[in-house]
Parts: sequence; structure tokens; C-alpha cells
Amino acid sequence: MSTHHVTRSTMLSRFALVTAIALVVLLAAAPAWASTATLRLIGEVMIYLALASLWNLLAGYTGLVSVGQQAYVGFGGYMLFTLAIHAGMHPLAAIPAAGIAAALVSIPVAKLVFRLNGAYFAIGTWVVAEVFRLVFAQMSSLGGGSGSSLPITIMKEMAGSKAMRESLIYWAALMLGVGSVAFVYMLLRSRIGLALTAIRDSETASLSLGIAIPRIKLAVYVCVSAATAMVGSLIFLQKLRIAPDAAFSVNDWTVLVIFMVVIGGIGTIEGPIIGTILFFILREFLADLGSIYLMILGVLAIVIMVISPKGIWGLVSDRLGISLLPVGYRVETREDLR
Amino acid sequence: MGYAAHGIITMLLLDSLSKRYGALVVTDSFSFEVAQGEFVGILGPNGAGKTTLFNLIAGTVKPDTGTITFQSRDITREGAAARCRSGISRSFQIPHPFVGMTVFENVLVGATFGRKAEGSVDYAMQALELSGLSKKANQLAGSLPLLGRKRLELARALATEPRLLLLDEIAGGLTESECHELLDVLRQVHASGVTIVWIEHVVRALLSVAQRLVVVNFGKKIADGAPDKVMDSSEVKSVYLGEDALV
Ligand SMILES: Nc1ncnc2c1ncn2[C@@H]1O[C@H](COP(=O)(O)OP(=O)(O)OP(=O)(O)O)[C@@H](O)[C@H]1O
Ligand SMILES: [Mg+2]
Repeated sequence: MSTHHVTRSTMLSRFALVTAIALVVLLAAAPAWASTATLRLIGEVMIYLALASLWNLLAGYTGLVSVGQQAYVGFGGYMLFTLAIHAGMHPLAAIPAAGIAAALVSIPVAKLVFRLNGAYFAIGTWVVAEVFRLVFAQMSSLGGGSGSSLPITIMKEMAGSKAMRESLIYWAALMLGVGSVAFVYMLLRSRIGLALTAIRDSETASLSLGIAIPRIKLAVYVCVSAATAMVGSLIFLQKLRIAPDAAFSVNDWTVLVIFMVVIGGIGTIEGPIIGTILFFILREFLADLGSIYLMILGVLAIVIMVISPKGIWGLVSDRLGISLLPVGYRVETREDLR
Repeated sequence: MGYAAHGIITMLLLDSLSKRYGALVVTDSFSFEVAQGEFVGILGPNGAGKTTLFNLIAGTVKPDTGTITFQSRDITREGAAARCRSGISRSFQIPHPFVGMTVFENVLVGATFGRKAEGSVDYAMQALELSGLSKKANQLAGSLPLLGRKRLELARALATEPRLLLLDEIAGGLTESECHELLDVLRQVHASGVTIVWIEHVVRALLSVAQRLVVVNFGKKIADGAPDKVMDSSEVKSVYLGEDALV
């Protein structure tokens, strides 16, 4: 007689989880130990960590290779400005509200772009983002093409001192960065994650085993869009200014994010984390080089894609056979000795 | 539940189903009824349209004309996933494993999405054991050889807790003893109340379990009835003339 027992974690993954929690605690205390410049840098890293993890969930796990996520970054930013300026909402409360609004908007958008496949889907999402930009550029109450600024009175309402405001925005960024990674991890461990992995391998078999593929893809698209809009609203809360070109920038909110995910490892949870950190290290050291810096980034991305389609983390985890954030199932068989 | 005249409950009803690929008529106004609890064998030469029939029943392919009724419900317009959840499960002749997942995870997909009840981990484990794959639970499905992949098809289909099980050529290439094991599993599944339709070229295996035999040729049903009568009919003999499948 043997009994089976299913485990989902390893020694290494438990260690990684504890380390991660310790690191998050340390980062949460950063306003106490870091300079304003460091705080801003970590905040920016967190913003990109969120965008990279979310895009990876969409493209790497769900097969929805969107190049139009800037639609939701910009939409979130504009929602925050609208709600704070015209509806008198507290800016921090406007962040989740922007997320909900984006979730609602993303449903009809999905109905449209989901009719397209592969490259056409990618182009379709880009076109949608451009339409968003044009629509917001037409709205005179939000400054039209030249954009608008967040009145200082609204910022003062949020917190009296500048230092406190910086801390609040930093914590919000930390929550979104860490929250996005945690959300992706938990989603992938859930039944939706099981379905996504199955769909990635065979849509035909997935359908025959009862997976409602369109519904699952829609659910992921809506969640990712909502979270992306929350990140977007925080980005522009920090910038205090919004204009259509900056809000819907494909370079800032999608191209850089794709770069991070691809070098770190698309379709892995660890990849976007590594890619984001690596990008910021490169930027710190090379940004002074101007356009050469961008060329270095491009060459690096191509070299990594050629060597390892699953990025740096794919290379490491294949070599060592490890996963820090495992989502799979292991069956352990115990022989009962009676 | 539909009740036929003699108190038999109809599980599946195909009514003049047709499907063509270009000029090729693959299913030709095919009508077919399966009663609850039956074990039906399907025979026919290569390219006769047997797999297409399963594709139509399971919803992978939509018919050009005709209707499909399952448990008294018209499911002609329903998608494959919904049909699976309502109790139709199939194995693929050419296996479609989730190559990047372990054998256990493959089966867990069926147990999670194909069933309505909770406890999918335990149910997946049972299906794995029943199909004799529990020793390979943690192996990547992509690393399985063809026979292992076929067995995985069976395990996954069983994991969805089907009421109607469609099996497409799962006995080919097995040794004598492996084939006996498989037949034992199928008898066990059938005894638990599952209705089974099995397409198989290994006629001896098929005849040892099927209660009824249907022969398909050029998308048409050319014989349907008790296995010995069907095998004796002149029409079937002429189709198989010279085929070594019957030996
Ligand atoms: N998607 C498709 N497009 C075009 N032709 C197809 C398609 N699927 C099947 N066919 C053709 O339909 C005919 C019937 O195929 P089917 O797979 O149903 O036969 P089968 O009876 O299962 O054969 P076998 O015993 O070889 O498995 C074949 O001639 C096949 O080439
Ligand atoms: Mg076939």
C-alpha cells in the first residue's frame, strides 16, 4: 500500500520566500534609511517591476502579446487627474478607482482585439492605445493636447509635508511592485495558472478537458489592464503633470518593459524581477553615454534572445534545475511499512 | 433523460450529421444512437471518418448539417469545453500532451476543469493510478514515448469524470499483457457506469469488450449491431477483404 502526497514548495522556494519577505520589510522601512534620491529610484524600480510582471503575465503566460499596454498606463493617469481634480477624490483613493474604471473599459477593448491573432493582435493593441491618446488629447477639461497639472492644494491635502508625500508615494509604488509579483505568483499557482500553462502547450487539448479558454484569457486581460492602470495613475501622481504624449508613450511604458521581460526571462516569474533590476543597473552606469546606451540595450536584448529564449533566468534555472517561485505540483509517494 | 420505447435511456444521438472538407465528404448524413451504459466499438478502414466523428461529438469540429443530442439536450452549437464539463470526454488518436507539464499536472487539468466536484488533486491521482501512470507522475509529459502519451490521453480523459468516454485507438502497439491490462481498466470503467465508444483497429481487443459494433466506411455507417453478426455481414467482409486487421 502506498500513499501519495502532493507538495508545491521546495526547501529552496521556502528559503526564497522568507528572504523576499525580509527584503520587503527592509524596503518598507526605506523612508527611514534612504535619501530622497534613493527613495525615488526604488520607487521607479517598483513601478517598472509591476509593469514588467504584468506584461509578462499577459504575453509570456497568456499568449496575449500586447504592445499597447500604454493605453492603460495613460488611462490610469488621466483617471487619477479626473477623479482628483473634478470629483475631489483623495489621490490615493483614486488609484484603485482608476483600476476599476480600467477594468470596465478593458472589456469592450478585449472584445475588439481578441478577434485578432498573433501579429495582428499586437498591432491592434497598439492602434487602440493610439485611439486612447487621441481621445484624451481632445478632452479640453483635461488640458487637451498640452495636458494639465495637479493643483498643489490637492497634494497638500494628501499630506502636509513634502517628505510625507514622498513616503506615501514610495509606499504605494512598493505595494504595486511587490503586489504585482505576488499577484502573478498566486494567480499562476491557482487553477487559472494551471489552465494558462495547459493552454500554452495545447489549446486543442485544453478545450477538450473543459477549459473555457476565451473566458480565462479575458479574465487575465481585465486584471492586467486594471493593475496597469493603477500603476499608471501612481506614475502621474508622482510626476504631478500629465499630457497625452507622455501618458500614452509606447517607448516608456511598453518597449522598455518588453526589454526587461525579455532579458530577464519571458514566461517565468523570476525573469521580470531580474530584468528590471538589470535594466536599472545598466541605466545607472550607462545613461551618460546617450544614444550609445540605447544601442547597448538593443544589442544586449538580441544577444540574450539568441542565446536563451527564456532570458537570463531561463538559462540559470535550466542549468541548475531550480525555481525560486515554483507553481507546479510534485507527487511524493510514501510506501507504508506495516 | 430521453427514454426510448423499450425503457433504454439514450445517452447520445447523432441525427443525419454531415461534414465535408472541400470536396471530400468525411461524414455523410450519419445517424447513430448510444444508450446509457453501452460499450460500442467502431471499426473502419483508414480515412473512413472515424476520428472526425469523435471530433464532431466532442465539439472540436462543427458539423455542416445535422444535430447532436447528449442526454436529451441539443449540443450541436456548444463548444468543446462545455461538452467536456457536461460529461463528454475523449482521447486523441494523435496524443496532445501538455509537454511542459508533468504527467500528474496533465491529469490534474482534466480533474480540475472537466469536473464540477471539488477534490481534483485526489481525483487526478486516482485516474493516474487506474491508468498505471502513477510511477511517472513527476516526469515531464514531453519526455514520454508514444505509448506513454497514449496512456496519458486515457488518464486525462478519465480524470474529467466522464459519462460518455470516447477512445480513439489506444490499443495499438501494446504487448499482449499490456493489452490485457488495458482491457481490465476499460471493463472497470465501464462497470462503474461510464458509457464507452471505442474506435480501434486491434479488432480482437475491441471484440472482447464491445457489446455492439458499428462499421464506418467513406463517412457512412455500413453496419451496426451485435459484434458477431456485424463481423459476419457480407458488406463488412467486402470492406475488409485483403485487410490483415481481421486476422
Ligand atoms: N482538418 C482536415 N482537413 C482536411 N481533411 C481532413 C481533415 N481532417 C480529416 N480529413 C480527412 O478526412 C478523412 C477522414 O479522416 P479521419 O481522421 O476521420 O479518418 P479515420 O477513420 O479516423 O482514419 P484512421 O483510421 O486513419 O485514423 C481523411 O481522408 C482525412 O484526410
Ligand atoms: Mg482516426
